Amino acid sequence: MNNMKVLLNGIIKENPTFVLLLGMCPTLGTTSSAINGMSMGLATMAVLIFSNLIISLIKNLIPDKVRIPSFIVVIASLVTILQMLIKAYAPEVDKSLGLFIPLIVVNCIILGRAEAFAAKNGVVSSICDGIGMGIGFTLALTLLGAVRELLGTGKVFNTTLFPEEYGALVFVLAPGAFIALGYLIAIFNKIKKA
Amino acid sequence: MKKLESTWYNMALVLTGIAVVAGAALGYVNSVTAPTIEAIKAQQEKEAEQQVLNGQEGTAIKITDPKGFGGALTVMVGLAPDGKILGYKVLESSETPGLGAKAQDWFQKGQKGDIIGKTAGNLTVSKDGGEVDAITASTITSRAFLRCINEAYKTLSENSDAQSGASPQAGEPNNNI
Repeated sequence: MNNMKVLLNGIIKENPTFVLLLGMCPTLGTTSSAINGMSMGLATMAVLIFSNLIISLIKNLIPDKVRIPSFIVVIASLVTILQMLIKAYAPEVDKSLGLFIPLIVVNCIILGRAEAFAAKNGVVSSICDGIGMGIGFTLALTLLGAVRELLGTGKVFNTTLFPEEYGALVFVLAPGAFIALGYLIAIFNKIKKA
Repeated sequence: MKKLESTWYNMALVLTGIAVVAGAALGYVNSVTAPTIEAIKAQQEKEAEQQVLNGQEGTAIKITDPKGFGGALTVMVGLAPDGKILGYKVLESSETPGLGAKAQDWFQKGQKGDIIGKTAGNLTVSKDGGEVDAITASTITSRAFLRCINEAYKTLSENSDAQSGASPQAGEPNNNI
């Protein structure tokens, strides 16, 4: 499979959120606004690229029976390092993103891609897979966040489209995440089939 | 290179190896970044102190309430000697983005839950019979926030008592700055 195809694969055909339904916990939890969704997506993408890179490098050193604990140690270390670096050198980013970073450890997209892709493929295509999946995840979360923010508060990226009083607060709360995600998946599948 | 077999020896060796490398990497990054992170935190607290006092006379007090919606909530509160609230700043919180995380703006002057100028000590949300409007759909955050404010007042009055010799200095775990 060529690398461009691998990259596009993550965005549409195997979109982690709308098709693979991986990483539902951060998807539902952090998309209360478009900017939050996008932040979570970008942070996940950063970790995904590096974890795919490292795991594809060391894949032959890891005996099959202990691959899951090995992957988790690699992923958790990467996330912790990322968190410390952001705290020290980008305190502004830490303010808006800080809360989401530890959540990336439990994001099954990362473990899922390590297991399904990086452990079986070369370094370059693993990085492409990380970028593609990361973009797919970021787009999905931004879209979901934008829909919830719009229906809930009348704003998108803090730009008011209609007055807050007409918004349905339920979309900002957890149940609204399920409702909005369900409709988005339905629409996505319809478009994909057509 | 061929993949390593799953023998006990290999598994133990590889897991130990990965853990050692990961530990070393974490330790190294931590030793590099910890001083910077501390400095940033101290800097932010200093700025917050000046901000909450807003150029007026009073005391800035840092209070942590362990029972916010998502975990501990740390607020810097500026109080005038008579207990009037001069200003506040949320330093650390794990509240829900878009809901409880609004606390930084919600209670400021001119906002819906305006507490600036009110007297701390017995502030409660309207749901509990008080006069402060809680953040929409975030009553738990609002309660934790007001507990911080009231606790700050308690610390202030205990310390001023101690200064006048009326009662011994309270051993508050939270720093009075």
